[in-house]
Amino acid sequence: MAVQALDAARLPIDWQRLALPVALIAVAYGLIPAYASSYLVEAILLPFLALSLAAVGLNLLTGYCGQLSLGSSAFMAVGAFAAYNFNLRVEGLPLAATMILAGISAAGIGVVFGLPSLRLRGFYLAVSTLAAQFFVQWALTKFGWFSNDNPSGVISAPHLAVAGFSLDRATGRYLLSVTTVIVLTALVWRLVNSATGRNFIAVRDNETAARVIGVPVLKTKLLAFAISSFIIGVAGVLWAFTYLRTVEPAGFNLDRSFQILFIIIIGGLASIRGAFLGAAFIVIFPLILSRLGAFLFGGLFDSGVLDMSQRIVLGALIIIFLIAEPNGLSALFDRLKRRIGSRSS
Amino acid sequence: MTFFSHLKKAAIATAFVLGATAVHADEQYFPLQSYRVGPYAAGGTGFFGGFIDYLNLINIRDGGVNGVKLTWSEGETQYEVEKGVEVYERLKSNPGIAAWNPLSVGIAYAMIDRITDDKVPLITINHGRTDTTDGRVFPYVFPLLLNPYSETSGIVNYIASKEGGLDKLKGKKIVVLYHGSPYGKETIPIYELLSQKYGFELSQIEVPHPGNEQQAQWLTIRREHPDYVVLRGWGVMNPVALKTAQKTGFPADHIVGNVWSNSEEDVIPAGDAAKGYTAITTQASGEQYPVVQEIVKTVYGAGKGNLEEKSRIGSVYHNLGIVNGILNVEAVRIAQTKFGNRTLTGDEVRWGFEHLKLDPARVEALGAKDLFHSINVSWDNHEGDGYVTFQQWDGKKWNVVSDWIAPDWKLLRPIIEKSSEAYAKEKGIKIRTAEDAEAVVSN
Amino acid sequence: MSYYDFLFVIEVLVGGLLSGVMYSLVAIGFVLIYKTSGVLNFAQGSMVLFAALTFVSLVERGIPFALSLLITLAVMVALGFTIERTVLRPLVNRSPMTLFMATLGLSYIIEGAAQLVWGTQVHGLDLGIDDTPFEVGGILISSFDLLAAGIAAAMVAGLSAFFYWTRIGLAFRAVADDQFAALAVGLRLPRIWGTVWTAAGFVALVAGLLWGARLGVQFSLSLIVLKALPVLVLGGFDSILGAIVGGLIIGASEKLAEVYLGPFVGGGIEGWFAYALALVVLLVRPSGLFGQKTVERV
Repeated sequence: MAVQALDAARLPIDWQRLALPVALIAVAYGLIPAYASSYLVEAILLPFLALSLAAVGLNLLTGYCGQLSLGSSAFMAVGAFAAYNFNLRVEGLPLAATMILAGISAAGIGVVFGLPSLRLRGFYLAVSTLAAQFFVQWALTKFGWFSNDNPSGVISAPHLAVAGFSLDRATGRYLLSVTTVIVLTALVWRLVNSATGRNFIAVRDNETAARVIGVPVLKTKLLAFAISSFIIGVAGVLWAFTYLRTVEPAGFNLDRSFQILFIIIIGGLASIRGAFLGAAFIVIFPLILSRLGAFLFGGLFDSGVLDMSQRIVLGALIIIFLIAEPNGLSALFDRLKRRIGSRSS
Repeated sequence: MTFFSHLKKAAIATAFVLGATAVHADEQYFPLQSYRVGPYAAGGTGFFGGFIDYLNLINIRDGGVNGVKLTWSEGETQYEVEKGVEVYERLKSNPGIAAWNPLSVGIAYAMIDRITDDKVPLITINHGRTDTTDGRVFPYVFPLLLNPYSETSGIVNYIASKEGGLDKLKGKKIVVLYHGSPYGKETIPIYELLSQKYGFELSQIEVPHPGNEQQAQWLTIRREHPDYVVLRGWGVMNPVALKTAQKTGFPADHIVGNVWSNSEEDVIPAGDAAKGYTAITTQASGEQYPVVQEIVKTVYGAGKGNLEEKSRIGSVYHNLGIVNGILNVEAVRIAQTKFGNRTLTGDEVRWGFEHLKLDPARVEALGAKDLFHSINVSWDNHEGDGYVTFQQWDGKKWNVVSDWIAPDWKLLRPIIEKSSEAYAKEKGIKIRTAEDAEAVVSN
Repeated sequence: MSYYDFLFVIEVLVGGLLSGVMYSLVAIGFVLIYKTSGVLNFAQGSMVLFAALTFVSLVERGIPFALSLLITLAVMVALGFTIERTVLRPLVNRSPMTLFMATLGLSYIIEGAAQLVWGTQVHGLDLGIDDTPFEVGGILISSFDLLAAGIAAAMVAGLSAFFYWTRIGLAFRAVADDQFAALAVGLRLPRIWGTVWTAAGFVALVAGLLWGARLGVQFSLSLIVLKALPVLVLGGFDSILGAIVGGLIIGASEKLAEVYLGPFVGGGIEGWFAYALALVVLLVRPSGLFGQKTVERV
């Protein structure tokens, strides 16, 4: 993967490579807002977009920089609650500013909890990121101020508007979400193909060697934590504001962190495309499985058996991916493309 | 539930779906976001089982509500919010939706904006956001029978009745052991308020989620020597609390559980340590009530019972499901008196809920005397002044040990309004009037 | 500090130490596997759940206690070998992170299977141990916790004996010291891994029974890994001694912190305090108290 990323940076603009993203953007802004059903937008696209963005953020940290984190959903929570409070407490703050400030808050917390990475490696670091997970949830529940003293401790999305246009309807929220994801993904793409991105990879591949060749290891690690947390924090805003609309701190629990981790494993570590493929898989696959199961075995088993089997199948797929395709869906996708390409040429 | 009984049940379930979805001229549909697997499956199977059993009873015995057949379908959520939203989006396009009943706080939160747009009622019986009690701000959300504040007042009133009156609370000491979550913390100010009002000493101690270690908390309790401990628990925290109480020598019969600490699932894992433990409920347990008997006879007799273990008939969650069924069906019936005996719109059913008044005589006529007391919902009071009672666990089953107790609703109302008005201001919602409530969207 | 207060401190301390033993019990299962194969086995929690659920379901079906124990043990051994064969062997020589993620997947499979086979009901588990507390010099001690600590101690002693005095134990230590050297002298790694996973299954069974008796047997039993992780970090992932000492330190300090520091910040700090404590120790000793230091090479 590392070599690939370097190659991409050296090449001039490759129009063939840009064809797919351009087509995707056309679909995202043209077809979907015009034709997608409310089910597709609310139940599939909105969670997919928020999770994809979170996965892009985590991938930067874990996939590119090699720092395993189990605290992603804590940073999502920080982003969501920060956005809520900035919006509530600063009169007339534009939505974009709210989201950026939320991201910065998450980045700040991310750096604090990233500090142990300066001394710790591997699992020791992974387990210590759990401290973030539990501490953030505790603090958000403990101090009523974070939820504007709501007795049930929940926050609700404010009225969303950009330049006077209301984005409260499903399509509006979708457009907000998709735009945010595209902008941040483009920035991340530039980043990983820059010198900083190469430093990330150097730190991941061999920290000592990186230090020897003059990569500022400590700075690089903290930067990875900051940028990653920023992105995950914004993903948290999308999750709370565009998707669920009313959330409680418990919604950002350890299971969510694992979910995001699964996305980047299944999608492919150190691959931006992988984050999207993985998120699509995690969101859509259980639905397909349960529909398919109900269709094939509906008469034989009740929904309980099918839903429990889903968990087993998901677990098995993770293992199968790790064994058979360690580079995830992204690599699978590449192979598929090559095969089709070689046939057509 | 085991693998093989799943198979057996699947056959029944299929028969069900066929029976339930056959075409009728007028149908009222209940989309069910049930959870039969996952960590909270035990509660989900009981609640949705009871709800479906009651809907079945109405269909089989009465041929529906005034000829309008009741239909439903289930979507599994595993108690997860995203799955709940997915099921909502999938089922919401079905015609004739009467009301949503998720029995999950997280899913209910995510639905508030959505169902308000759809103008379909969202029922959060015994739980949910406290401030949704205020129908002026939340027209479509109904925390029927009991919200967390009323529960708090009900528990304190019960302790007072055991001590011989509210004036006897003075100088007593109560410890509240609460789950470290927004749900657990929600009643902190209310206990404080009541402590000042009645002059009992109060100490509130948090147990961090999930609550599988409580040694420190119970040693603190032991040092404080309280007269009562109120258990405001959740999931595994409950049996562990009872076990640890035993370990530190605190008597179980001086522990009073709240509404999420009151089921068989909360006490069975604690074994003998739970004997004597008392908990609040809005619906009594047991199958001696006429309506439950009819369900046994008519529904289970016809092989259409939803619970696969008949021993769970009359359990806390099953009876809650039945009571929830009664309230939903009666709301539809009341709305029919105004709008006609046909498929109603969600907004018409909302009107029905806002006129859901079942006095003890009507409750008796429904075969639910002593199962629950009464309800009196109005356009601005969406809780409906539910009464509570207390049950003691004897190691095998729950036994009612108190009268029906009324919480101090008047005292709590201003606090609720303060919170709902803050929400209205935050979201720019216009506060509804009685007139607005009478404007109903048909079609 | 009055005498009464002093007694209370001791009481909290003793309660904490006894809880700590219970954490160690779970942590040891992790250490066994980490030591030989470098895997942080996140599925240990679901193995605990699986063992306890299997055992309690068998007992509830009228099978005698001892026989149920035996059957469950056999199931756990089979599970251990299956995991070794289907998950670990194909992943041999992959990065530790890959292996860790595989065990995450594994935990999904085991949890799903446990519930599919045995259902989702909650169960009480009565081991026939009376849990009335007794007093020693004004300090209340739980007889169950004391017995649990005894069982844990016996298990550790048994495991240590096994690994020090049997051939396979010797091989285990060789592998733990240096995998490549062990391979070079002709040790059969798969068999050793199989044995270690079996041992971890056995530890899971013991932990499952004792924790199951404390919590009831239900889904959240698998959450006890969250209590074991800070213990591991504190003690070092590859040290049995570390797991025990770490458990005692975490147990005692988190209880003392909850009682004495908790009130200043509103209580409920136990959830993250253990992690924070472990973190502080790590900043001083990055491989835990007893963990092996890694040598960095380019």
